[in-house]
Amino acid sequence: MRPHLLAAAAAAALLGPMGDAHARTVRWSASGDPNTMDPHSQNLGTVTMVLQQIYDALIMRDRNLGLQPGLATAWRQVEPTRWRFELRRGVTFHDGSVFNADDVVFSIQRALAPTSNYGIFVDTVAEVVRVDDHTVEVVTKIPDPILPNKFASVYIMDREWSEANNVRQPQNTRAREETHTVRNTNGTGAYRLSIREPDVRTVLVRNDDWWGWKEPGNDGNIAEIVYRPITSDATRVAALLSGEVDFVLDPPLQDLDRLRRAPGVTVLEGPEVRTIFFAMDVKRDELLYSSVKGRNPFKDLRVRQALYHAIDIEAIRSRVMRGNAIVTGTLFPPQVNGYSKEQDVRLPFNPDRARALLAEAGYPQGFEVTLDCPNNRYINDEQICQAVAAMWTRVGVTTRLNAMPLANFFPKIQREDTSIYLLGWGVPTLDALYSIQSLLASKDGEPGNGIWNYGNYSNARVDALTRTIKNEGDPERRTAAIHEVLRIYREDVPHIPLHHQMIPWAMRSNLSIPHMANNQPYWRWAKMN
Amino acid sequence: MFAFIVSRLLQAIPVMLTVSLISFSMFAYVGDPVAIMLGQDYTEAQRAALVRELGLDRPFYVQFVVFLQNAAQGEFGLSYRLARPVADLILERMPATLELSFTAACLALVVGVPMGVYTGLYRDSWLSRFFLTISLIGVSLPTFLIGILLILVFAVILGVLPSFGRGETVAIGWWTTGFLTASGLKALILPSITLGMFQMTLIMRLVRSEMLEVLRTDYIKFARARGLSNRAVHFGHALKNTLVPVITITGLQLGAIIAFAIVTETVFQWPGMGLLFIQAVANADIPIMAAYLLLIALLFVVINLIVDLLYYAVDPRLRGGLRAAGGR
Repeated sequence: MRPHLLAAAAAAALLGPMGDAHARTVRWSASGDPNTMDPHSQNLGTVTMVLQQIYDALIMRDRNLGLQPGLATAWRQVEPTRWRFELRRGVTFHDGSVFNADDVVFSIQRALAPTSNYGIFVDTVAEVVRVDDHTVEVVTKIPDPILPNKFASVYIMDREWSEANNVRQPQNTRAREETHTVRNTNGTGAYRLSIREPDVRTVLVRNDDWWGWKEPGNDGNIAEIVYRPITSDATRVAALLSGEVDFVLDPPLQDLDRLRRAPGVTVLEGPEVRTIFFAMDVKRDELLYSSVKGRNPFKDLRVRQALYHAIDIEAIRSRVMRGNAIVTGTLFPPQVNGYSKEQDVRLPFNPDRARALLAEAGYPQGFEVTLDCPNNRYINDEQICQAVAAMWTRVGVTTRLNAMPLANFFPKIQREDTSIYLLGWGVPTLDALYSIQSLLASKDGEPGNGIWNYGNYSNARVDALTRTIKNEGDPERRTAAIHEVLRIYREDVPHIPLHHQMIPWAMRSNLSIPHMANNQPYWRWAKMN
Repeated sequence: MFAFIVSRLLQAIPVMLTVSLISFSMFAYVGDPVAIMLGQDYTEAQRAALVRELGLDRPFYVQFVVFLQNAAQGEFGLSYRLARPVADLILERMPATLELSFTAACLALVVGVPMGVYTGLYRDSWLSRFFLTISLIGVSLPTFLIGILLILVFAVILGVLPSFGRGETVAIGWWTTGFLTASGLKALILPSITLGMFQMTLIMRLVRSEMLEVLRTDYIKFARARGLSNRAVHFGHALKNTLVPVITITGLQLGAIIAFAIVTETVFQWPGMGLLFIQAVANADIPIMAAYLLLIALLFVVINLIVDLLYYAVDPRLRGGLRAAGGR
């Protein structure tokens, strides 16, 4: 490994000064290290937070997570199952080779390989065709209106480089030898990889040849990015306070107050594309963990509404979450394509109405149930469950809380060994289909349908609408279908939604960077004084 | 002599086999590596394919035998998390752990022995009581707390020492060292104090009790009767005779220091084998866990062997009856 590093360090030294008199270095940290530099191997936030600085996609995200031209300057659906992409000219990879249509064809095919973890972003692709050097057409198996949203997550590699280094396929864990892409990159992006020591440090230097520096908005002044993971929460906070790092992506919540009070430190809070809700077993004839025998109270809409009415959401927002939550009555936050303001309405907090509904449903004395809850996955997850359990108990549904670490929680709910549970759901595609398909569609064996629907909610109309949302090419009809699902979601109460999570970032006060709802720092937009 | 070494090495084999068997049977409880590797979106078919590819669908004993066969050839496969050969990863991290452990052990000796001598000689002085109180803290405070407190004082409040990492390192062949740069040496201070604290107090208390014991013996009284200086009596006669058990304990503790560097490395983000192991546990990275546990078992076996050989060299009585040494 040494010769590689020395060579890389020597190269960095040669490229070093960049002519910028005040070359600014940002040192940042989070708890986890990216486990690979392969752009199609691991679809994890810790990997993409580094790779999206190095690799570009055909279509990129803007500061509001909207779509903007990337390596493609224009795209349109020429036929229901055919998308055409016009490629940007004059773009070069970090090793100097020229970007062209072959690289796009190659990269999309690579993302389709069995060892790729990015299959969800290319699942509808049937064929990729090179029209000419600067035009590519993508043929889909079914009409796919959200292909551009998905392609914003598919990074483009150089075909020649990949073939020369024998990385035509994403890395394979079964292999005996290390794949070249595990520690090496060759992208077109704003920063190039200079030093990669897994678990120790990852150093990126500014690529002055990046096409995007000429585009408006990309006005960052960071010349070098040094990433060093720090696993221990207390040490990470200490490193920020002592000025050894400039930016911490995941400050621990219990230290936020201290960080806010510390001189020279800023805490930036913004919404995350993640919604916290309760889901319940609505299929079994008798709940696994309840005092009610012979029937399942959650099958009754009035019981679900009663639990909903019993929640004092304002107390949760202001006390449990200390104001860091966006209260919601719907399935996903406004950043997601298909959001509807009209359907984002909660059943009001009304304990009397809750008791009346329970009595109407045949439970005037209430009943007992066990709530399963993770205690280290979402922000204040266990405290939320404690508060809600008390609220439900107050209206007569005596709730026992079963809080556990995520390593135990997820296997338990995945076995469907639960009656009611708390879940948080993020939407990487930023399109409604991802949530609707995974959480609300019936488990009918179709890939992706109902894979996280552990309460087994099943509604024929929702299933029909899911099919429409998957295939409908007309944006208006598709949006109408999404809105109808959201209306059913509001009226039929398959979940009891709580809020969209907010995520804090902590940094030294001389650093400014836009807060992103996908929890990824985009250093090309960062400025340091 | 040769027969002795061979018999000890043969005894080591069942130890290693037992360790690997126990660690292997624990891997069933560390979580599901496949779920972690696949992420949030996967199909049943993908999952089944990966399980088959990793050989996790084979019965336990088959996996174990295959592991042993590969391990015997020094082949530990690729880390699930980092997709790099396990042997490379461990070799890369080993210098960091060994340098930290070595520094911590030296620190424990250099500070622990004089403190032990002092408290043995001046049992009732206030400084002795102070040392003993300090040693009580060293024994009773958990390592991570000591580490965090040191970080708080020296990195956050005083801002004189780094709170994490190894500083700049210099590569000598495959070995990386932090001994040759100022930042590397500074980075060593807090972790080595944290790691060596327990051993330091242990050595201090050991030396103290040995000194108290030795000072009561006839030959010390005789030395005093001969009119030797205090200095000659304390250091020439008393301390020398306390050192045999101290060296033994230090040797054995070196293994413990290396093995338990895990906590210190986690607190200080020290890029050694312990941190690698902890991250492997969090990600159910079985190849790394298996190799690391085997390595630590081997380390203890080797250290025990060396200590036994030292006994053999030091104590002439053992040369006649080797079985006494073997039964230690």
